[in-house]
Amino acid sequence: MNPASRSPSGLPASEPARHRGLLARIHLDLPLLTGLLLLSGYGLVILYSATGQDLHQVEKQALRLLIAFGGMFFLAQIPPQTLRRWSPWLYAVGVALLLAVLVMGVMGKGAQRWLDLGFMRFQPSEMVKLAAPMMLAWFLSSKPLPPNWKQIFLSLILLALPVLLIAKQPDLGTAILVASSGLFVLFLAGISWRLIIGLGLLMAAAAPAIWYLMHDYQRRRVLTFLNPESDPLGSGYHIIQSKIAIGSGGIYGKGWLNGTQSQLEFLPERHTDFIFAVLGEELGLVGILVLLAIFLFIILRGLYMASQAQDSYSRLLAGALVLVFFVYLFVNMGMVSGILPVVGVPLPLISYGGTSLVTLMAGFGMLMSIHTHRKLLPK
Amino acid sequence: MSGNLEFKNYRQEGRLFARRAMIAGFFVILLLLGIVGRMAYLQIIDHEHFTTLAQDNRVKLIPLPPTRGLIYDRQNRLLALNRPAFNLEIVPELVPDIGQTLEELNRLVGISDQDRERFHKLRRQKRRFESIPIKLDISQEEAALFAVNRHKFPGVSIKARLTRTYPMKEIMAHVVGYVGRISLKDLKSIDASNYAGTTYIGKTGVERSYEDILHGQVGMQEVEVNALGKAVRVLQETPPRPGRSLRLNVDADLQKVALDALGDVNGAVVAIDPRDGGVLALASKPGYDTNPFVEGISSRDYKALREDPNKPLYNRAVQGTYPPGSTIKPFMGLAGLELGFLDLKEKKYCPGFFQLPGHDHKYRDWKKGGHGPMDVDAAITQSCDVFFYQLAHEIGIDKLQQYLKQFHFGEKTGIDLIGESKGIRPSREWKRRRYKQVWFPGETVIIGIGQGSFQTTPLQLAAATAAIANGGHYHEPRLVAEVLDESTGEVTPEPGITHDIPVRDPSDWDKIREAMVHVVEGPRGTARKLKNEHYRIAGKTGTAQVFTVAQDAEYDEETVTKKMRDHALFIAYAPVEDPRIAVAVIVENGGHGGSTAAPVAKKVLDAWLLGSPGKASAGARP
Repeated sequence: MNPASRSPSGLPASEPARHRGLLARIHLDLPLLTGLLLLSGYGLVILYSATGQDLHQVEKQALRLLIAFGGMFFLAQIPPQTLRRWSPWLYAVGVALLLAVLVMGVMGKGAQRWLDLGFMRFQPSEMVKLAAPMMLAWFLSSKPLPPNWKQIFLSLILLALPVLLIAKQPDLGTAILVASSGLFVLFLAGISWRLIIGLGLLMAAAAPAIWYLMHDYQRRRVLTFLNPESDPLGSGYHIIQSKIAIGSGGIYGKGWLNGTQSQLEFLPERHTDFIFAVLGEELGLVGILVLLAIFLFIILRGLYMASQAQDSYSRLLAGALVLVFFVYLFVNMGMVSGILPVVGVPLPLISYGGTSLVTLMAGFGMLMSIHTHRKLLPK
Repeated sequence: MSGNLEFKNYRQEGRLFARRAMIAGFFVILLLLGIVGRMAYLQIIDHEHFTTLAQDNRVKLIPLPPTRGLIYDRQNRLLALNRPAFNLEIVPELVPDIGQTLEELNRLVGISDQDRERFHKLRRQKRRFESIPIKLDISQEEAALFAVNRHKFPGVSIKARLTRTYPMKEIMAHVVGYVGRISLKDLKSIDASNYAGTTYIGKTGVERSYEDILHGQVGMQEVEVNALGKAVRVLQETPPRPGRSLRLNVDADLQKVALDALGDVNGAVVAIDPRDGGVLALASKPGYDTNPFVEGISSRDYKALREDPNKPLYNRAVQGTYPPGSTIKPFMGLAGLELGFLDLKEKKYCPGFFQLPGHDHKYRDWKKGGHGPMDVDAAITQSCDVFFYQLAHEIGIDKLQQYLKQFHFGEKTGIDLIGESKGIRPSREWKRRRYKQVWFPGETVIIGIGQGSFQTTPLQLAAATAAIANGGHYHEPRLVAEVLDESTGEVTPEPGITHDIPVRDPSDWDKIREAMVHVVEGPRGTARKLKNEHYRIAGKTGTAQVFTVAQDAEYDEETVTKKMRDHALFIAYAPVEDPRIAVAVIVENGGHGGSTAAPVAKKVLDAWLLGSPGKASAGARP
């Protein structure tokens, strides 16, 4: 609903609506926007160093950020009701595209992830990152919460379909993100703790089956994660070098642009997946704490906004989007610091690259839409 | 219940969500704290460990090899120098496909099997990202050809290096020696850290015996490298201390005169300054070109040198052992006088043979019918054998060998070369050790004329002659005169060691020297052809019997007869009044010393004392 819509009394914009200020009228949330801008700015500063002071790449990334913020702004204007109506369609299209990728996708980096549309390449899995939680929120919110067993079972099937299709590409990182987004919806919908623990145990039991389904390179990554020193020049190299970078940074870091691991290129993928190690080396623990503070602020603000939402669909979707954002950064930082296996998940809004950036910012756009399109309900 | 399905309790759902969101927030904070803990562990607790690892990654020590010292002769002519050469080198880590690259290089500039072999051998020894030569000393055309095609060869480049060259080639081969690539065996005997980055090490000659002075001290460059091993900047540098140069006592011109004088025959000439033991010439014929050894001689060429019947690799002057023959007689005479077995005027009768009391074996003189009555002077001048048979018998082997030891017969002279032979100074003890047999008196007899098991090197003869010339000062021969520090200009003399031989009566020494003068100047002297009006020579001829044919020689009528021929020897010093040069000459299978060895010595003495055309002040002390 538009805040400018007339109140039943026929008076111009209601008093509380005016309190929301200018930004709210264009459906932006000031604290969240501030957090995101701070994060992007910090990210560009780190990126400048991580690209070896390549201003051209920094400019490109800034442009991507601009586009992503534009996307956010655009989505913030779409009322949650509209999003809700779109949910099943978006999900259906997403799954269909994933099937299309499987049949006629373009290979890249040993995985089949892209659809060549002639004028551009499109990665349907990115769309599914949003469509999957939307679908589950739509499905669950249509019935009273907490969901019953049947609904949970159906939700899991709805979730498993795209997750398995993505894992087949293979793109383990995205599969994990999509799976976690759906599971967060279920968690926030209030499924019982017994079920949560049960699901956890089920997954642990399924581990051997997952191992069997994994590609060779994925298995190697897991093995390398368990013992990086077993292959210091091969696949263990990434983890060893990033741990050296972070560890040698110390509390205060070696100084911006002065990281030896980063600047001398001992650190692989330094401006993409491993950019966190550049931060750790050059700005030290202090720099990391600053980043974590910004992240935490965004997440807490997001959860607050979600809890303020007025209907189940909005709440579930908003909460899941915020928690997926957390999964991004946690998986990335865990991987770079050697406590999780190497999974290709970027550090949100910091890593160089645009694909996931747009999706993430679209998610924040939805979050803002949900928050700023609230109706004032009578107490 | 299905009846309740459509009923939604908004407030309860909101509370449920808020609770779950708070739990999620709690977990988010918990997990972020986990990340903080992990960071604190890496960045605080393990910080030092990772700092070391980062440092190891980034800093590389590059050894800066010192420039090898040069070698000059007495007149500052270069005998060994460092010449810039261009090598084609490969960093294997930067080459996508080594096999293919080698094949293409072969098509371009030609890579021999030997090159490949060396490359693969070196590759096993080198560290990552080190440059390994594939083709050495390429020509300008080859360099240009490569430069044009260089884009096709990532990881291959032309490197300028200093390589060792010996401009005098075979003339100085046995003195200067050569350097070669450092072998695993060499590594055991050197401080490997000081040779980091060094390519060559002295293998023979002065190059080997003065290795520590010539090599210098390695320098170090601490550079920052990137992940590709490429140096980004220099952090710290300790410059190398270049090796110091050597100036030899040897005169290249005199050496050449000596070799030319020997002509086509095998032999050796050693010339020593009796005043200080400086070696003026140390010639061994035939010689060989040392240059191919620097980069590694091909096994075919090496085999050819080794199997050459003339044995060019063998340094006859210091490794060759020959019976001294009659050249030992002045030393025998001196022993007789100094040990009191002989009087200056005492005469022995020479009937043409000698018999030990109670034996009928006749030890014959070279002159049938004998020399008649002989005093020591006449016995040396005419080289009477019987006189010295008798004298040796009278002195007895024990005292005799002890006296000869003072002239370093059967001992190393102490020359600054590695691999010198001791020769053999027969004694009871030597025989017991060698053959586990007792000494027979008859052996003492033939020792008197320098035959039997007696073996000396030309160097020993020259050094001993110098000791006679200077009246009993045995100077250990020295090839190197001075050590020069090219950077500071500082010159350090290399003094030799002198052993004084006890002199009982100086007139004994005068008598022997007089007799040696008579060998040249006397009417019946065996080297009277050497007499000249420019300067006076004292000398002694000798002929050494060759008993056996070398075992590896083929049986061939002509060569065997030549090989059976005696070795000709001659020792001399001049000028008599103030000796400036002592020489020993051996001409293998040359027959009689007076006719073949003495003229060789004469040419050397002439060159040194009179100066040959175009030669700077001969014998002048610099």
